[in-house]
Amino acid sequence: MNYSIIFYIIGWILKLEAIFMFLPGITAVIYGETSGFAFLITIIICLALGIPLTWKKPSKKAFYTKEGFVTVALSWIVLSIMGALPFIFSGSIPNPVDAIFETVSGFTTTGASILADVEILPHCVLIWRSFTHWIGGMGVLVFILSLLPLTGGYHMNLMKAESPGPSVSKLVPKVQSTAKILYGIYFVMTVIQIILLLLGGMPLFDSLCTAFGTAGTGGFGIKSDSMAGYSTYLQVVITIFMILFGINFNAYFLLITRKFAQVFKMEEVRYYLGIIAIAVLIITCNIYHMYGSVSESLQQAAFQVGSIITTTGYATTDFNLWPEISRTILVMLMFVGACAGSTGGGIKVSRILILCKTIRKELHIFLHPNAVKKIKMDGKVIPHEVLRSTNIFIIVYILIFAGSIFLIAFDDFDLITNFTAVAATFNNIGPGLEIVGPIGNFEMFSWFSKIVLSFDMLAGRLEIFPLLLLFVRDTWKKF
Amino acid sequence: MQIIIVGCGKVGRTLAEQLQEEESDITLIDVSANVINSLQDDIDAMGIVGNGASINTLMEAGVDKADILIAVTGSDEMNLLCCLIAQKTGHCQTIARVRNPIYGNEISFIKKRLGVNMIINPELAAAQEISRLLRFPSAIKIDTFSRGRVELLKFKVLPEFGLDGMTISRITETLKCDVLFCAVESRDQVSIPGGNHMIHNGDNVSILASPVNAAAFFKKIGLKTHQVKNAIIVGGGTISYYLAKALLDMNISVKIIEQNTARCETLSDLLPNATIINGDGTNRNLLMEEGLPQTEAFVSLTNLDEENVFLALFAKTISNAKLVAKVNRLAFDDVIDNLDIGSVIYPKYITSDTILQYVRAMQNSIGSNVETLYHILDNKAEALEFAIRDNSPVVGIPLSELNLRQNLLVGYLNHNGVVKIPRGHDTIQVGDTVIIVTTHKGLRDITDILEK
Repeated sequence: MNYSIIFYIIGWILKLEAIFMFLPGITAVIYGETSGFAFLITIIICLALGIPLTWKKPSKKAFYTKEGFVTVALSWIVLSIMGALPFIFSGSIPNPVDAIFETVSGFTTTGASILADVEILPHCVLIWRSFTHWIGGMGVLVFILSLLPLTGGYHMNLMKAESPGPSVSKLVPKVQSTAKILYGIYFVMTVIQIILLLLGGMPLFDSLCTAFGTAGTGGFGIKSDSMAGYSTYLQVVITIFMILFGINFNAYFLLITRKFAQVFKMEEVRYYLGIIAIAVLIITCNIYHMYGSVSESLQQAAFQVGSIITTTGYATTDFNLWPEISRTILVMLMFVGACAGSTGGGIKVSRILILCKTIRKELHIFLHPNAVKKIKMDGKVIPHEVLRSTNIFIIVYILIFAGSIFLIAFDDFDLITNFTAVAATFNNIGPGLEIVGPIGNFEMFSWFSKIVLSFDMLAGRLEIFPLLLLFVRDTWKKF
Repeated sequence: MQIIIVGCGKVGRTLAEQLQEEESDITLIDVSANVINSLQDDIDAMGIVGNGASINTLMEAGVDKADILIAVTGSDEMNLLCCLIAQKTGHCQTIARVRNPIYGNEISFIKKRLGVNMIINPELAAAQEISRLLRFPSAIKIDTFSRGRVELLKFKVLPEFGLDGMTISRITETLKCDVLFCAVESRDQVSIPGGNHMIHNGDNVSILASPVNAAAFFKKIGLKTHQVKNAIIVGGGTISYYLAKALLDMNISVKIIEQNTARCETLSDLLPNATIINGDGTNRNLLMEEGLPQTEAFVSLTNLDEENVFLALFAKTISNAKLVAKVNRLAFDDVIDNLDIGSVIYPKYITSDTILQYVRAMQNSIGSNVETLYHILDNKAEALEFAIRDNSPVVGIPLSELNLRQNLLVGYLNHNGVVKIPRGHDTIQVGDTVIIVTTHKGLRDITDILEK
């Protein structure tokens, strides 16, 4: 294990986090809030740790897959711990476990909160909560990759570990340029959304926070009723952008480079949009009697479906009160998740697609025992390794899921609450059903359950394996 | 610079490794997904699995925007086809590896009529390098510049030269020879020496000189300079064929030991003047019977690197022959170099150096061109030849007044065909070619020699 390079990169993470904290710092200055000092102290701590770590470029260059995974996992943990400090210092969330839960929830773009009333929080804390979504959405290490001129194998090993989806593909030959393009698309889309929200009459502060939450598919609101208080226009804009940020960013790159034919060939995007359409249709019919008009039902259904499948977690209504069919569909969508290569979480549409195709292949082989059949996606054969890792992913996913439900069951809440609490955190969504529903929160869980759920959020965002590797003894062995 | 490399074997990989240091965007194409996957872990390049001669694959690799396509798959026909298709779909320069001797005489046709910009034949290039070494057996490595007007020679300092403990400026003073010491490799370090660098026995020294001056220098220090009279070649592959042909033209008698009877017959047909022995080159008795102890040169060119190295080590113990071993695949260059078996030939580096030379030359636009490029000293340094085409900031200013970078040497100046070692008052003129030796990699333009 090459510790020097790992610490070097973590040093960069700290420095970067200090820079990110200038945004809430400036907000505090604008609104004249004393909580701003909490950020100032944290910035100083981050710099005090980060600058010495990055003082010298490490001479040992060995950087393999193992280092990549460990670096990503540790970076996210460090990022979350440091990000929690302002909450503690400012007194907004005095309990450290709660503060870490809230920050992890932010960086992993979950949006699950332990706060009952967010409206009493100072502006700087609110914008930091939302901004963590934006940072975590595309990934911090991808951001670092776009800045740091690292050569050789570093890139792919970091990118592989941080980017969601069964297999990672580059847009252009160089990882650094790929990272720049991804962040470019991300940034521009966020800005467009902010402009559209401003045009709809949303105040600048609200627009920023909402756009950060949408872009990162996070879901922290700055109002207690999430998005319900905003006008129909604003809700529609948010719906559209949530769904857009759940699409594989490769599609946008293909659009920019004018390869339209290839965009339409992307199976994952087609199925993703298809699933959304069907879910919206069923729910609209199902909730029609509650709202009385097609447009109102359609809008509510679309918002909630978009919010859940992209794992954002905003709400315009308390879907906990919806009929069972709608609630069930929403829970199912929680597991599907967004597209690979987007900012969303969940299992990912592409993995579900691969699984379905594997099942079809198995059935085919039952009928024709000697048949040879390759599984294809976008017209290309999926390598055996990807199939294997997808299957293993699902198995580990289910195991962790079951284990987490068991561990938080000690708090003695009902099964639906526990089940959806784990589903909402593990899939990086935010709200679940019953007690943890859109108007509820995670405050009443014990500190132990909160740690378990924080782990689930990180595991969900980093797609399990980087985090699990930290617990394997071989990772830390010299040989 | 957008570069597409088709075929990721040894040469493809070496090229990609060296090109990624030059800030180019590299796309690799190979039919094997495994090869692409393993390459992507080490090299920051885009990998595409597919057939490089298919238009779809090439379009996916962005051939329409590429600057250069390099086809180095195992098949000559495939390489040529890749280049043809690339040229019809894009506007890129194309380089193909063509190794079959049958095409050897048709290269000018291929270049002119098919429009392939560069054809590289690794076996021929390797054979040429070996034949240079046998012409001048005291050198470990010989690289030529300015069409042979200047040579970069590497030799080992032996006790009988009496150079031990002398500084470089004293050597040039006492011997009064027009040679330039451009690199010294001692046991633990590699340097581009200044005048007061001390030479020790056992150092590997590289000098730049015209062939006449080099010969005079070697005569004065007492180094044999005559070419070998005979040579034993183990292994009868393509390199052996090219080598034997070149050696026979130089009136060196050649003995080839080859195991495969059919191949022996072909060789005997192609090379009537060579002695072809059908037998196992690792058979000790056979080697003795064929006069290994008396031979002046021993070249091991079998397909197995280990066997080549081992045969050379064996020959070292029982003869005084000039030893040359081919190493194709082994990645332990440093270990092999420590074995002290004379000259080791790495065909993959020869190929990639030649291609890199071309790529570098394409990259610059500001009036000077990289004519020749060699990686020397275990790839730690480069020797480049620049042709000065236009006025540039270095032209017309005495060298002593130029603010040159550290670890950089202006080696030779070729002015209208007259070559000489430049002194401080000499100036670089338009139309000259200049040889630079430096540990800075990636020099593209003559102005890169200046401190920034």
